[in-house]
Amino acid sequence: MVGSILPLQVENAVVRRRGKVLLGPVNTQVATEGLSIVMGPNGAGKTTLLRMLHGMERLARGGRLTWQVPEPQARAAQAFVFQAPIMMRRSALDNVAYPLIVHGVARAQARARAAEWLARVGLSDSADKRATVLSGGERQKMALARALIRDPQILFLDEPCANLDGQATREFEEILRGAHAGGTRIVMSTHDVGQARRLAEDIWFIHHGCILETTPADQFFENPKSKEARAFLKGDIVE
Amino acid sequence: MNEILSGLLQAGQMILTLDPDLIEISLRSLQVTLSAVFVASLIGLPLGCWLAVRRFRFRRIVIAMLNALMGLPPVVVGLIVYILLSRSGPFGVFGLLFTPTAMIIAQVVILTPLIASISHQAIRDLWAEYHDLLISLNTTRRQRILTLLWDGRRALLTASLAGFGRGIGEVGAIMIVGGNIDHATRVLTTAISLETGKGNFALALALGFVLIGLAVAVNLVIHMLSRTEVSGRW
Repeated sequence: MVGSILPLQVENAVVRRRGKVLLGPVNTQVATEGLSIVMGPNGAGKTTLLRMLHGMERLARGGRLTWQVPEPQARAAQAFVFQAPIMMRRSALDNVAYPLIVHGVARAQARARAAEWLARVGLSDSADKRATVLSGGERQKMALARALIRDPQILFLDEPCANLDGQATREFEEILRGAHAGGTRIVMSTHDVGQARRLAEDIWFIHHGCILETTPADQFFENPKSKEARAFLKGDIVE
Repeated sequence: MNEILSGLLQAGQMILTLDPDLIEISLRSLQVTLSAVFVASLIGLPLGCWLAVRRFRFRRIVIAMLNALMGLPPVVVGLIVYILLSRSGPFGVFGLLFTPTAMIIAQVVILTPLIASISHQAIRDLWAEYHDLLISLNTTRRQRILTLLWDGRRALLTASLAGFGRGIGEVGAIMIVGGNIDHATRVLTTAISLETGKGNFALALALGFVLIGLAVAVNLVIHMLSRTEVSGRW
């Protein structure tokens, strides 16, 4: 088992695409523990921020992500849940087992673990169903099981509940709380203020690609530091 | 019209009486084309997949070339394989010219670009879908290719079947490198060509109907074995 990969030090991280700055410069530290919620208006760069932290975006020159362990180990201890869950054309069980199998766990053992995880997220009955026929909520829970099966130290979630109804969202948050209680560091984006209130320990407010503030949740909702965050919470359109 | 009708009748008669010559050349047709499809799939499917996953400098040109090679004229392929395999050619020592092996080689050359190109298009779409997940999970390039080949197997089956369709009806190349030798390299298409030349239309038509039946039957059997169109849509 690798030591803790956190805290993560982010220095001068800038993501450009076709000459346009999508994100940054970001200078921050991701602490060892906690459940952080990334908030901000549409197009602020929430997705890009999460992908950047996960190492899926090329940083512009001078930017650096520093984990506490070498890069390959750090990558192996992370997981990502996408806004639109990617359904591999396999059964739900094989979808969940896949991350274990590609990292060298024997097939039978991987499938047994996957079955446990499906039970944990309440999808035991759907284990043999093709992933593509699952409903929206089931898909996202399956994606969460797939992300958690390797016991990541840090889990990124990009608006995972954007397309879910209340019931599915509640179940999803329940599983997420369980993972958090189990010691997984969580960084999740949402534009649902209610969800942020329910889950967050601290809030990263992001606007025009820059993190304007990282504030403990209760303080953020009482009295945000930046005027953009105040406007955002009031429900104004933030430009 | 009369010729078509009598061709049909003769085809039925030959099949019912299990005409030995017919069976021999039909089996040889199958043997040559199925072997060629098998080898071409072994090369073409991973190649198409690799081209979809890998980013390199001349990728676009390679893909454009591959698409262009789908229209490779069989006669020219036959001619080139003939020259390579002939006594004075570089591979003459193997004595392969005018054998079924030579026919298989020629067909592999014709079918590989076709299979690679079709599988590339199918895998490219699947890769676009899987990209983020497979990157996020830190998969190696080999694992990505294997995953895409497995999850895209239905589409890849179509690619192989398209190859089979082109191979089983192909006459130009195998005529040149096989020589249409009775009991050695004669297959359905070359026999049809020969009988037509002799003015033996009924027999040529009969062979033609057998050829069509064979192509349809192979497709149906493969679809049934792989359960396409039965269980869902992947």
